[in-house]
Amino acid sequence: METLSYSHQAARPAAGTKAIALVGVVASGNLEVLVERVAPGNRCEVEIHTAAAGFGAVWEAVVADFVERCSPGGLRLSINDGGARPDTVALRLAQAVRAIEEDAP
Amino acid sequence: MSAVDTPFAAPAGLQASWYEASARQRIAALLDAASFEEFIGPEQREQSPHLALFDLPAQFDDGMVVGRGRLDGRAVLVAAQEGRFMGGAFGEVHGAKLTGLLRAARDAGSMPVLILFDTGGVRLQEANAGELGIAEIMRALLEARAAGVAVVGLIGGRAGCYGGGSLIAGCCSALAISEQGRLAVSGPEVIETNRGVDEFDARDRALVWRTMGGKHRRLLGAVDAFVDDSIAAFRAAALVLLENAPAFDARTLEAEQARLERRLRDFGDCADALDVWKAAGVADAGAVPGMPAAAFIALADQTRSIRHDAR
Amino acid sequence: MTLDELLASLFPQGHDVRSSDGLVLGSATLSGGRRADIVGVSGRTPLGVDGAIRLSRHVLDALARGGDGPIVVLVDSDSQRMSKRDELLGLSEFLAHLSKSLLLADFAGRHTIGVLYGHSAAGAFIATALSTRSLVAVPGADPAVMDLPSMSRVTKLPIETLEQMAKSTPVFAPGIDNIARMGAIAAIWDGDAPLAPRLEALLAESPAREDRRDRLGAERAGRPKAAGIAERVRTLALAGQ
Repeated sequence: METLSYSHQAARPAAGTKAIALVGVVASGNLEVLVERVAPGNRCEVEIHTAAAGFGAVWEAVVADFVERCSPGGLRLSINDGGARPDTVALRLAQAVRAIEEDAP
Repeated sequence: MSAVDTPFAAPAGLQASWYEASARQRIAALLDAASFEEFIGPEQREQSPHLALFDLPAQFDDGMVVGRGRLDGRAVLVAAQEGRFMGGAFGEVHGAKLTGLLRAARDAGSMPVLILFDTGGVRLQEANAGELGIAEIMRALLEARAAGVAVVGLIGGRAGCYGGGSLIAGCCSALAISEQGRLAVSGPEVIETNRGVDEFDARDRALVWRTMGGKHRRLLGAVDAFVDDSIAAFRAAALVLLENAPAFDARTLEAEQARLERRLRDFGDCADALDVWKAAGVADAGAVPGMPAAAFIALADQTRSIRHDAR
Repeated sequence: MTLDELLASLFPQGHDVRSSDGLVLGSATLSGGRRADIVGVSGRTPLGVDGAIRLSRHVLDALARGGDGPIVVLVDSDSQRMSKRDELLGLSEFLAHLSKSLLLADFAGRHTIGVLYGHSAAGAFIATALSTRSLVAVPGADPAVMDLPSMSRVTKLPIETLEQMAKSTPVFAPGIDNIARMGAIAAIWDGDAPLAPRLEALLAESPAREDRRDRLGAERAGRPKAAGIAERVRTLALAGQ
């Protein structure tokens, strides 16, 4: 098992007031993302637990791209990965932010 | 975590498919809106301590969601298995969450329990812990029933209700199942491995469903309600079954002993489910698998000797 | 131990236990004249619908007869019987019914005692040995939830690898020691000492009806999380009730 951690500065805080959201399932080719509104300021922290070791560069790129697109400031996203492809990961990260921003006007 | 802050994404409505829904979607749509409060939710990160040894990823809730909510205004305790994580199988933490929920039901005596089964049985990477967990769940479930609490099981997910899960189901006050549901101790592949493909071809889906699937289980009297594959149908069945739960006592068990003995006399020589259904009085047994839900439910309600309160 | 050796050692005052087709049924006299009812599976026989229904009948008869004598469950079984016919007829209900019968007897004050003297596995293990209030093991006890060859097929890991992994955890591999570390076993009656006095002592001890197996599993470092998780959920569910 490999654990990867990334910390970014997002452009804006995530909208809404929900404290927690969860998307996805740990199944083959899938992943779960637990998102919590606990990071300081506009920081975005992403932690990944995966059995597929050695893909750090790919995760790093996906996460950086996600931070730029979604501005998830103030969020910590924790991932349990079931061997998902990068596009599935990107989808779930975006879904996670939408879920925690659900009550935004 | 408060009831209004539930971490569910992508709500599924009441008309959504039970089979396609996740454990969390089933709970959210089954219960009264925004009434669910989870116990030891994913943010607690109580994961399996054993999967890492096998280089397998864990899930934050270990594939079991437990909590309290309202069903038509009435407080209920709910447990739902996520069939897509490790086949919904029972691991140490997964099982313990359900054990604790049932012990609470026993101690409170005032809240019924809904168990949303979706399981292949014991999680083999934690086989010993899973097995003990199942035994403890069965005991806690029966203690709750002995305290007058109804425990209703709902079966209709991708993983079915197999292995030790099927034994837990057999301890419930009542069961509802859909066409997609399967209920058996041994899975199709295991029977084929043990007895040969001539006795049981695990790839013959029609055979699997005739032997273990929802329609057969309804006609056999192994479950109490057959429902359409929608969350609304399961909700309606749950409401009915919660009201008519038999007591866990000697009278009920004597009645169950009698009905199971009768089943062996009536169907013990049948080679296939089609023979069982014919013997049970179904005029056109061959038409059963293709029958739509409403027609099948009407047929089942007319078929002799499957209505009982002995479970 | 053979079944006959086991019966002679447990019930020196006499018994009428018979074993046929792998089913063990009968009764025995305990010291002081009290009656013990006995059911079980012998000869490493798989437990199917036909066997389970006879065992549950015997348990329910014992319950109906009344009294406070124990019900002893002797176990040397295979797994559940794995056949088309057993599943067609609803094996899960038959096994659950046997468990329910044993648990109802327990709730009615009859001490149910499992004596594992051979093999047992999977659904048969749950419906017999694990459905008793006290489970003891005697020489020859050899339970398995799942056998390593099956695990090897499913996980695609070689048996040697699984055996190596089993050295670092009791959580998956077969054997009485691992099951004991899970908290399942009240006592291991080993050695050559006669079993009847040990049975009497266990009956006199009258252990609490409360299921303490998960706590025992934590104490024995076999199941570090189960007891705590169960208690936390129980407490949370009762809060505000």
